[in-house]
Amino acid sequence: MDHRSPLFTVFIHAAALLVALAVLAPLAWLFVMSVSSNADLSAKPLHWWPETFDLSRYRQLLSVETGAAFLAALRNSIVVAGMATLAALSVGVPAGWIASRKPQLGWTLGAVIATYMLPPVALSVPLYMILARFGLLNNVFGLALVYLSILAPFVTWLLKAGFDPIPRDLESAAAIDGARLDQLLRIVIMPLALPVVATALIFAFLLAWDEFFYALLFTSNQDAKTLSVAIADLAGGRVSDYGLIAAAGVIAALPPVAVGLLMQRALISGLTNGGVKG
Amino acid sequence: MNTTLKAALLTATALTGTAAWAETELNALFMAQAAYSEDDIRAMTASFEEANPDVKVNLEFVPYEGLHDKTVLSMGSGGGYDVVLFDVIWPAEYAQNGVLVDVTGKITDEMKSGILPGAWTTVDYEGASYGMPWILDTKYLFFNKEMLSKAGIDTPPATWADLTAAAQKIKDAGIVEYPIAWSWAQAEAAVCDYTTLLSAFGGEFIKDGAPAFQSGGGLEALDYMAASMEAGLTNPNSKEFLEEDVRAVFQNGDAAFALNWTYMYNLANASDESSVKGKVGVVAAPGVEGVSEHSAVNGSMGLGITATSQHPDEAWNYIVHMTSQPVQNAYARLSLPIWASSYTDPEVTAGQEELIKAAGEGLAVMYPRPMTAKYQEMSMALQQGIQEALLGMATPQEALEAAAENSGL
Amino acid sequence: MFTDRLTFRAWLLMLPLVAVMVAVVGWPLVDTLRLSFTDARLVGTGGEGVGLENYARMLGSRNFRSALWATLTFSVWSVGAELVLGVLVGLLLNQRFYGRTLLRALMILPWALPTVVNATLWRLIYNPEYGALNAALTQLGLIDAYQSWLGQPGTAMTALIVADVWKNFPLVALISLAALQAVPRDIQAAAVSDGANAWRRFRHVTLPYLVGPLMVALVLRTIEAFKVFDLIWIMTRGGPANSTRSLSLLVYQEAFAFQRAGSGASLALIITLIITVLAIGYLALMRRAAGQGS
Repeated sequence: MDHRSPLFTVFIHAAALLVALAVLAPLAWLFVMSVSSNADLSAKPLHWWPETFDLSRYRQLLSVETGAAFLAALRNSIVVAGMATLAALSVGVPAGWIASRKPQLGWTLGAVIATYMLPPVALSVPLYMILARFGLLNNVFGLALVYLSILAPFVTWLLKAGFDPIPRDLESAAAIDGARLDQLLRIVIMPLALPVVATALIFAFLLAWDEFFYALLFTSNQDAKTLSVAIADLAGGRVSDYGLIAAAGVIAALPPVAVGLLMQRALISGLTNGGVKG
Repeated sequence: MNTTLKAALLTATALTGTAAWAETELNALFMAQAAYSEDDIRAMTASFEEANPDVKVNLEFVPYEGLHDKTVLSMGSGGGYDVVLFDVIWPAEYAQNGVLVDVTGKITDEMKSGILPGAWTTVDYEGASYGMPWILDTKYLFFNKEMLSKAGIDTPPATWADLTAAAQKIKDAGIVEYPIAWSWAQAEAAVCDYTTLLSAFGGEFIKDGAPAFQSGGGLEALDYMAASMEAGLTNPNSKEFLEEDVRAVFQNGDAAFALNWTYMYNLANASDESSVKGKVGVVAAPGVEGVSEHSAVNGSMGLGITATSQHPDEAWNYIVHMTSQPVQNAYARLSLPIWASSYTDPEVTAGQEELIKAAGEGLAVMYPRPMTAKYQEMSMALQQGIQEALLGMATPQEALEAAAENSGL
Repeated sequence: MFTDRLTFRAWLLMLPLVAVMVAVVGWPLVDTLRLSFTDARLVGTGGEGVGLENYARMLGSRNFRSALWATLTFSVWSVGAELVLGVLVGLLLNQRFYGRTLLRALMILPWALPTVVNATLWRLIYNPEYGALNAALTQLGLIDAYQSWLGQPGTAMTALIVADVWKNFPLVALISLAALQAVPRDIQAAAVSDGANAWRRFRHVTLPYLVGPLMVALVLRTIEAFKVFDLIWIMTRGGPANSTRSLSLLVYQEAFAFQRAGSGASLALIITLIITVLAIGYLALMRRAAGQGS
């Protein structure tokens, strides 16, 4: 394969550089905005690099006195995404496994996955009324429950695709040895399936962390308002401090970006697995 | 002042006699936009909590754009808001849907006589009061004194035609490329600017139950907006500006004129963040020769108790505190008091005489947006019409006729 | 009754998922259907049956037509651009160059960025007075005067599409890359020695490996694009002159801002129907592609 012309090599490197720039420039700018003074940000011509690094926004957002609302939103996001992820996995693992082993159940799973097509607006009005009836509006449990409607189908789909390549022989061998179903799952299947489950867990967490529409509708104050709504509020209100908005964005982006970078391989193989076998 | 404030608070608490030991939590919804700043509202609330140690108030701030929907949506949850800020245009809808508690019986004679009559229109619907007025606000014409004098303009515009002429002069002199900044984004803000002009041109929104803004003064108002945009006198970015964008442009020295709420005066004229500090002038929005002397939109807002509140009495005490004269006088930099006698109180007027004078003229002619339960729908249609005309997608007449048809009225 | 004991067990394992889905999707969906035939309001009174009136009114309104058009424009352009750009960059990432591992890692960043942060970031970039885009283009001499990117219908839609493509093309690129790595080297080499040119090699050797994963990406992205809400909500709120108001925004407006739960529900179901038709069309395409591929 080593017969590329030098021109082609140059072209490839130039293209790679261009892609890297296109991906990085907006992110770099987000960071620069978050540490630039207001004067730098409203200067004409624009100052691309701050004269002094201004970390006051981060202090403002993360200190207990001035950032109470932001910290509450951060906490709510973690709690809601965490609960929804665990719940989605606890229904998705058994369902995904059995669907992988019993093809005749495939249609059930198909029906569940098909709900992913539903736009959230199609469920929002009754969900609002149902949550209201049970006193679960503006409540982290209520929001996590609603998130299941998004996470559960997606996670089950990923898990089933991930379970498919795990050989059945192991299971029948263990079954002959007289293992009960739960023992079977715990001892034989789970160790092999762990990477798949980990991938599903990350995807679910990221989906929940990203969610905005339901959070906008179903939360009204610090008790349950999530980070995405808090950032939208910040950007929609007194927006004169662009740096503050940028700093909030950087903080909200850190967890998913860190997870994405660390778990990149697992994420992509999870998606392509699902993709190829889908 | 501190003693008067404390005295007022003590009386307020003594009158209602809520000495319950159990701590009551109130949830209050405010906006993070224009008028009082978040810090002001926190400070006002802190002084209430100090005087009422058994009550704790949780504050929630959303952008103006989210205020209406948040209020309505929270009605479903038992633990929603107790006190909500509402715009002058919502009492009709809120009354019809039972969102707010009728507080007519709680209003004292002292409030009745002391508060400006214009402020009461904010909270009244069909003879009942659904809260207390809190923010008494209208749009003023702000100008950059330095730019005007550079262009040889001695007096601020008295009519909208004068504004056009002055802006042309400033543009021709090369002082600033786009002299006027407005908030014409697809939002309620655009309707507020339009209402100001509509009132100047003697127009009407609704006549005999049918839309009437598509002809007469209403049409002339949009004609004026479109012409000003067309002539390059208005910053073309105005069509995506909200109030805060207008402030940013104006206080950065990139506009000679701006239409905005009270709060901009001290932020642009007295804050270190502003590069036009000390150069800001303000007058009531102009009129139209032979039709009106000044123009103004009623942009006031009130505080009300939600129908779902479990603590209506404590909520009322909180509202009384927030709207009381001592509190309002103490925080009169970003929003002017609702109390008539405050306007002659040196504590309020000191350092902002120009604004007080403009308020005297503007508040007197505040023009209401229509009182209808379908206001949201009408406003949305109007916003679209205004933008279509500004973008040249339709003539002002076509755009307004389509809006009238689409208004749900 | 259960001839096969495992079938009973199987259902038992399926049950939690099914129960959850019935509670948070099935029940609300049926309720949406019921509401769509009534004049129910979100809060307060109402709820009389009105037959098909909601559907007729929604389908006949000019708001629906403009929102459908906006949604279609957004979906077609952003998904199309994401696929083309994604495959091209996927091919690039499969080449050897310095810093390849690093670039592959970087690709995950836009995808991991929360949508709300992405929307806010681009809104700041497009800011007409102090935005980075105007500053950059002016300083490079590409435009004379600052533009109101989000203030004109054409550029506002383009601006939204760019923001969406920037966030989502990397995922398509990474999926393409993973699929490309599955192409056996010897087939590639054989094609080269057969003298096939680059395009023919791509068309007949590489593409068949890409089709499956790409179809999935296509379906997922189309569904997501058709549901778009948060990006538009934050960047333009449907403006200017409602030119970027998507169907989801229209439902929000109808059901929550105007509080007409009934007609909002009917509109939501109309959107669901459109997405379903799209998805079935895609699935049919996928089957055909799969049939050809194997």
